[in-house]
Amino acid sequence: MDTGYAYSVSMSIPHGLLTLLRSGPMYGYQLRSEFERATGATWPLNIGQVYSTLTRLERDGLVVGHEPDGEGRQRYEITADGDDAVRTWFARPVELGDRPRDELAIKLALAATTPGVDARGIVQSQRTATMRRLQELTRLKREAPAEPPPEDLAWSLVLDNLRFTAEAELRWLDHCESQLARARARSTSPSVPHTTPTEEIVR
Amino acid sequence: MSQHAALSVIDVDRIHGRGNSAVHAVRGLSIEVRPGELVAVMGPSGSGKSTLLNLAGGLDTATAGQVLVDGVELGELAPRDLARLRRRKVGYVFQDFNLVPGLTAAENVALPLELDGAKARVARRQAVAALADLGLDDLADRLPQDMSGGQQQRVAIARAVVGERSLILADEPTGALDSETGEQVLRLLRERCALGVAALMVTHDAGHASWANRVVFLRDGAVVDDTGRSAEPESLLAGA
Repeated sequence: MDTGYAYSVSMSIPHGLLTLLRSGPMYGYQLRSEFERATGATWPLNIGQVYSTLTRLERDGLVVGHEPDGEGRQRYEITADGDDAVRTWFARPVELGDRPRDELAIKLALAATTPGVDARGIVQSQRTATMRRLQELTRLKREAPAEPPPEDLAWSLVLDNLRFTAEAELRWLDHCESQLARARARSTSPSVPHTTPTEEIVR
Repeated sequence: MSQHAALSVIDVDRIHGRGNSAVHAVRGLSIEVRPGELVAVMGPSGSGKSTLLNLAGGLDTATAGQVLVDGVELGELAPRDLARLRRRKVGYVFQDFNLVPGLTAAENVALPLELDGAKARVARRQAVAALADLGLDDLADRLPQDMSGGQQQRVAIARAVVGERSLILADEPTGALDSETGEQVLRLLRERCALGVAALMVTHDAGHASWANRVVFLRDGAVVDDTGRSAEPESLLAGA
């Protein structure tokens, strides 16, 4: 793992596969379909990712590969160390610092401090894009049953996660827009009051 | 003939005061809501959201520009005709429901029809039908104080769409409701829109706004974003 970003993005795949293997030995293609089923196909895996992850897990002693069957297919089984790794993963809360660096936050931070970049335009364009994404997620939620059947529970939870994340991003973008407007008002007119007449008269 | 918009706000200014004290509540504002469409309006305090609703409902008058409801320009109507158009074409949904206490759900829904001259029996029949359309038959004889907030808001939607109304103006319709109940109300609003009614909904809740077909963002009295627009900026870098 060479960078923090790559580490955090790929972090959940080995643990996800190990978690699935606790139900019993599986082939690589089985693991891929089980992973996608459990996460609502939100993070599709290619089969190459699955096998390269299994190779690393085997190297680290967290899984063992069975002898290939007559068709050359190999099943993998979790080891005691692998089981411990899963227990530790579930027991340890995900820290903010473990998550990928946020490209949007970096982009806006740079835009706000770099001359010649329209930071407000970036906020507006991102807000429209995020709202469109949220509309699409809401459509999926709207079309799903209010009480999801057990087999859809994982997908429903992941969908809610994506919706709440988009809502939080929109809230943050509104906040950025207000802060940028205030900063601009301060830089052009140091005596501008915090509450303008417009805000008092019009809601 | 092409179908006209249920609401057209065309290059509207609304200015309060004069001279140095003049304040633009909205400036150069243009929004269109078509039949079958639910449009959400978001924006910070002072962005002109309420002014937009008041202009659309004929409760306020544009200083410049045009506001058309169902193809009729409000600025050209005599007060009496404007009042009639408001009663017949526009339904309102408020954050705090505004059902009349002491009247049952059916009586509340029938009220705008009776105020418009319908006979009590006819109004009652239409009100009960409107409640039934929304799956609220069982509430017809209940008083507002005997209903939950979500039930009251659904009755308020029935009141807003009863008769031949083509435009619903909703001011924070989910503001007083918990998230789940708010979503039930939005589901209902969408269902009504799917049947051909147009709705303009002001909300501060992004999650609820995302139920709309289109989300429009206001700032300083003008539209700054619209999810219905397809174009994206070519560049946000100076000199690019």
